[in-house]
Amino acid sequence: MMRPLSRISAIFGKELNQLRRDRMTFGMVIMIPLIQLVLFGYAINTSIRDIPVAVVDHSQTGLSRILIQMVEATRVVKVTERLNNVAEAEAAIKAARVRAVFFLPDDLSQRVARSPAAGLGTPPSTDEETSRPVAQWVVDGSDTMIASAIKSLRNMPLAELNRQAPNRSTPTFEVALFYNPEQRTAINIVPGLVGIILTMTMIMFTSAAIVRERERGNMEMLINTPVRPIELMIGKIIPYIFIGLIQTVIILGLGHVLFNLPFGAKTLDLFVGTLLFIGASLSLGLVLSTIAQSQLQATQMTVFVLLPSILLSGFMFPYEGMPVIAQYIAEAFPATHFMRMIRGFVLRDASLADLYRDAFWMFGFFVLGMIVAAFRFKKRLD
Amino acid sequence: MSETDIVIRAEGLVKSFKGFRAVDGLDLTIERGMIYGFLGPNGCGKTTAMRMLTGLLTPTEGTVEVLGLSVPKDAETLKYKIGYMTQTFSLYGDLTVRENLNFMATIYGLTGKKRSQRLAEVMDCYALSDLGERFAGKMSGGQRQRLALATAVLHEPQLLFLDEPTSAVDPESRRHFWEQLFDLVEGGTSIVVTTHFMDEAERCHKIAIMEAGQKRADGRPKDLMAAMGANVVEIEGPNLRDIRRRLLGSDGIMAAAQLGARLRVLVRQEIPDPETFLKEKPETHGATLIEKVRPNLEDVFVTATGEGRQ
Repeated sequence: MMRPLSRISAIFGKELNQLRRDRMTFGMVIMIPLIQLVLFGYAINTSIRDIPVAVVDHSQTGLSRILIQMVEATRVVKVTERLNNVAEAEAAIKAARVRAVFFLPDDLSQRVARSPAAGLGTPPSTDEETSRPVAQWVVDGSDTMIASAIKSLRNMPLAELNRQAPNRSTPTFEVALFYNPEQRTAINIVPGLVGIILTMTMIMFTSAAIVRERERGNMEMLINTPVRPIELMIGKIIPYIFIGLIQTVIILGLGHVLFNLPFGAKTLDLFVGTLLFIGASLSLGLVLSTIAQSQLQATQMTVFVLLPSILLSGFMFPYEGMPVIAQYIAEAFPATHFMRMIRGFVLRDASLADLYRDAFWMFGFFVLGMIVAAFRFKKRLD
Repeated sequence: MSETDIVIRAEGLVKSFKGFRAVDGLDLTIERGMIYGFLGPNGCGKTTAMRMLTGLLTPTEGTVEVLGLSVPKDAETLKYKIGYMTQTFSLYGDLTVRENLNFMATIYGLTGKKRSQRLAEVMDCYALSDLGERFAGKMSGGQRQRLALATAVLHEPQLLFLDEPTSAVDPESRRHFWEQLFDLVEGGTSIVVTTHFMDEAERCHKIAIMEAGQKRADGRPKDLMAAMGANVVEIEGPNLRDIRRRLLGSDGIMAAAQLGARLRVLVRQEIPDPETFLKEKPETHGATLIEKVRPNLEDVFVTATGEGRQ
């Protein structure tokens, strides 16, 4: 009766020995999370600053210079070029030297005087002159994030031009920002990185696990032994569960040190949730491994899973912004559920009970994956 | 012969791969306590046949019974009772000898003291005691082969399958290897081996000569040689290549092949005095010596297969 257990432990021990000697793989286990965390933690930033822009100033007045300075002071844009006319400006956009052009017309002073934004009293709304904006932005609208950053300048108050205190107006809505009041992107990115890195390493390791035995010629011997497919599968994934947990500790720990990532008190929930995700990813990798005929194919399949995990899971772009069908597809990937979970645990102090749907789904995915992998693994050569 | 003395019984075994019949109607009866060899060129279906016997391949047609178990239905039960040595080295090159043996022993359900005892036993028996910490991938062909055999017999199987076990091994190791096989047979193990070496086949108790997925002949090597449908005559002299060319296709000649300074000619059995027959043939003009010799297994192989069979 102890045979299945001792066989699983034999496979586990064998995998561990092989892994220990594979210096490159072992190094990647540590280096992948380390490098990616530092790289992405610092690099990915969705609050855009210092967009390079050109200025075409037909007004050439003190007022126009102050207005340009005010725009630059927002830090949204940075004036890198001064051009004479709109044609030159369009060429600059086409050549990607600048992302937008700030065009100041020659009647700037009159426009400012009549603009309600300047706060010089409200002229009658029927006066057509008042509906004219003071200047124009010509934007390379292909990147929607850049475009909306510049659009945010649309209603910039001009009261400062008259040495009046800005922001006197009362906003229509009060917005209270929970969990990430400083709006730092890293706070959102770092926990998400756990999901991405685990998806990558877990699926990559296990997708090679079975096919490697085949490629190295060990399979014929292995299937001639009494080992059962499910024992083989379980024995093969155990080492990677530990690796996954180590990677999680590295990312969250380093995230805490480097990016002041806060920690909720839900360590146990986090542990269980991560375990579920690791299990789901590993079983997915095993299924891929039973399909792939070579390690190269296994790697290609890993990428096939990895890309949607990055792009559809809510790691980069909000899940809610996707069309409904894409949301259904995203639901199929364990990463989507984990993204929701880990951000919940780490940032919102949520508990496993709050996110039980995602937990159940990942558990189901794990069990199904193991069954499919064991079922697909044939102890036959035909 | 009682039923329990039969370890393998196969009837009408066929294996097709997309229309190609790799094994084509094979009948086998293999008795306990002997070394049974499949002799044949590469691609003749030896390995495919062996894989069907171990349950690795499902036969397209036919029935297989190994150690009283129906294969492939009871293949998993059978796996505890048989050992298998693959054609190419299939243990883990990045594990040490001891780790490999330990792994396989545990897979076969050996644990604790029993396992370490058995490990010491086979390591001693197959001269692996000093190689325990060596990586399997860094060993010589002969050492690997000993490890593979040690692994195959770890769980003391009743029946051992060896797929071209000596193809990557020097002659010295090969001879030693066969001594070990006879030791195993003495201990009660039955062995099935595939080979394309004549000298190796000659050591088997019984052989089956395979060609194009079919069994051409089977029996004891000695009986096969005696029952061969040809006499063997060797010719010496200059221009042996010319003589050979002239003889091939000539009446009464089954085959002719040069062996160093001699031409080995197979003459049909029906011809009563093959020496005189050849001497009188104009094709052998220029030969200095023509004498009848003892047949060997290669002659049997040639008469049973290919051009000799016709």
